[in-house]
Amino acid sequence: MATTETAPPAATQPPADTPLRIRRVTAEGTLTLFGAAAGALALDWVLYERVLPFTGVLGFWVSWYAAFLLLYTGMAALQWDQLAVRDKVASVALSTGGILATAIVIDQVAYTLVRGSAAVKHPSFVTQSMAREGPLSPLGVGGVGHALVGTLEQITLATLFSVPLGIAAAVFLSEVGGRMARPVRTIVDAMTALPDIIAGLFILAFLILTVGLPKSGFAASLALAVTMLPIVTRASETVLRIVPGTLREASYALGGSQWRTVLNVVLPTARSGLATAVVLAIARGIGETAPVLLVAGYARGLNWNAFANWQTSLPLYIFYEIQLPQINEKIRAFGGGFVLVILVLVLFTIARRVGGAAPGQLTRRQRRRIARQSITRERTGS
Amino acid sequence: MPSETHTRVMPAVPEDAPRVIVAQPSTGDKIFRGILRASGWSVFVITGLILVFLVLRALKAFKFMGAAFLTTQAWVIQSPQHFGIAAILPMGILIALIAMVIAVPTGIAIALYISEYAPATLRRPLIALIDLMAAIPSIIYGLWGLLFLEPRILGFDSWLGRHLGFIPVFHFRLSSSLAANYANSTFIAGVVVSLMVIPIITSLSRQVFSQAPQGEREGAYALGSTRWGMVRTVVLPFGRAGVIGATMLGLGRALGETIAVTLIITPVFHFNYHVLEGGAPLGGGNSIAATIALDFQSFPNAGSMGLSALMAAGLVLFAMTLIVNMLGAIVISRSRSGLATAD
Repeated sequence: MATTETAPPAATQPPADTPLRIRRVTAEGTLTLFGAAAGALALDWVLYERVLPFTGVLGFWVSWYAAFLLLYTGMAALQWDQLAVRDKVASVALSTGGILATAIVIDQVAYTLVRGSAAVKHPSFVTQSMAREGPLSPLGVGGVGHALVGTLEQITLATLFSVPLGIAAAVFLSEVGGRMARPVRTIVDAMTALPDIIAGLFILAFLILTVGLPKSGFAASLALAVTMLPIVTRASETVLRIVPGTLREASYALGGSQWRTVLNVVLPTARSGLATAVVLAIARGIGETAPVLLVAGYARGLNWNAFANWQTSLPLYIFYEIQLPQINEKIRAFGGGFVLVILVLVLFTIARRVGGAAPGQLTRRQRRRIARQSITRERTGS
Repeated sequence: MPSETHTRVMPAVPEDAPRVIVAQPSTGDKIFRGILRASGWSVFVITGLILVFLVLRALKAFKFMGAAFLTTQAWVIQSPQHFGIAAILPMGILIALIAMVIAVPTGIAIALYISEYAPATLRRPLIALIDLMAAIPSIIYGLWGLLFLEPRILGFDSWLGRHLGFIPVFHFRLSSSLAANYANSTFIAGVVVSLMVIPIITSLSRQVFSQAPQGEREGAYALGSTRWGMVRTVVLPFGRAGVIGATMLGLGRALGETIAVTLIITPVFHFNYHVLEGGAPLGGGNSIAATIALDFQSFPNAGSMGLSALMAAGLVLFAMTLIVNMLGAIVISRSRSGLATAD
């Protein structure tokens, strides 16, 4: 009796519960992936470079990818069931999407920076205009100084025009609403994808041909404002919509009027998101060529006055320089691209830094400041 | 007064009437709302002004060409003037279609990867990356497409031309297989434009995908679905409207893209659906926006027919993209409003 109690047969005991690991990286999975990639590379090299009469780097990678997917599907089919094969192939194919996007962005930025560095390494490139430059001038002569001034002046003016109007329209959409909100939102959405050249054409038809103003940086900034306005509105509205309704209700309950509530509660709460919206719109506006192309004119010299005479901006400078046949002009175009990409990257980083926080979420510094204030208040009061 | 005609025990009690709970806005609020409303309306005013002034400036060209403006495949501004959009409009649409064929699957794949497959630590950087891709100026896309992509894609182009030439779209009419003959083609312009459309499609579809209800996702897993099965049966059907809307907004962007197309194509003014053809003897693609960007400098004086013709072409482009974009925006807002009730 005692023996049967102390030694139960091991087979009948239920196994201990171990949690099922659902996202396990297995050796088979990893090796299949790398094996397929390497096999495809070898196969592709033999066929594409040696056997078949193909050329071109891009074609090589396109056919490598096709071979890789085929090999991977085959290898997966040898070891797993059909459902798992489909799942694995789909996840590999979708992951390539992410890798592809990363590669393209890095390649574009790096290519522009590398090709442009030949021009930008001359310090005079960012200070000089093209006034003294001839078709055969070396890279040390001529630069983007005038275009940089033009870009900064035009984008400042465009921001002044588009941001207050855009944020006001966003506040209208989120705070006032009503029957008109939906059509306004539809038009704003449609305007975000408005062909950028139409903005230039509009300013040309309106201000320059009908009103009779000359081509100038001011006209260019108006065209930029038309393209930036929907971006500001769209981005601001999404931010304003996630301001907690309880904050508004608290303000109303304290007797606040609507404009007080919006100015003192809603907008400050959404401040970081609004700043992001503005900076993103600036980043978009700063690189627009087509609206500026028709109405700014193209000046080779420096023009500080945005309201009189032609003024060049960076994208416009690149557009004209790249179309010239001389190699130095093309390098200058990439130099302009270098400066423009740096500007966009800086603006973009600022936007991410500022806009990381959701509305109402405080940064560490803000929290510390509030804590300090409450401590001093406790000590001084009562 | 009912109390006077009827006898009641307590005649002084007034009838119950619902209390007005809508507060009368103060003067300050009225002014404030007026300003906001005006700002909201300003987008209508701007769109209307664009329409009015383009029509005004285009009248001369419309009067000169009449209905032939829509059917003429030429762009001759010097007399005898003879111009129309029958070539440049479909050529532009062709570029946009090539862009969409590449961008829609890629954009959806990236969006699915970010919302369903990417590890949580990668998600935010990838979203930032897609935003950055949208913020890269189109002139940079143009430079990159012209000088980086084009030399590397020509081999692929000529391969397509030689081996898939039996498909009419890929047919190449020159017998020479010189890679340079494939340069500056509609196809290359379409590839570059597709890269500019991908971020639009990705970010809009990602937002919709990430809002697919958690309960149904878990339900799919609980029924034994793989991740791909869950994506196919829950996330994709849920996001369908959003993807359609995103595609249409992307199409609007592709139709109106100017600078990258202008830099890449060799303009032609007859409709050429052989998308691989480019370079000197045959000529490549064209679009309304590219025609405007290339031609406007030739017409400095305000009253000229050339400028009016460009305005007319611009008006057609504006009307077309506005309709496409509005349809897209309406589809997306429908999908959003459905969400609001589902939550």
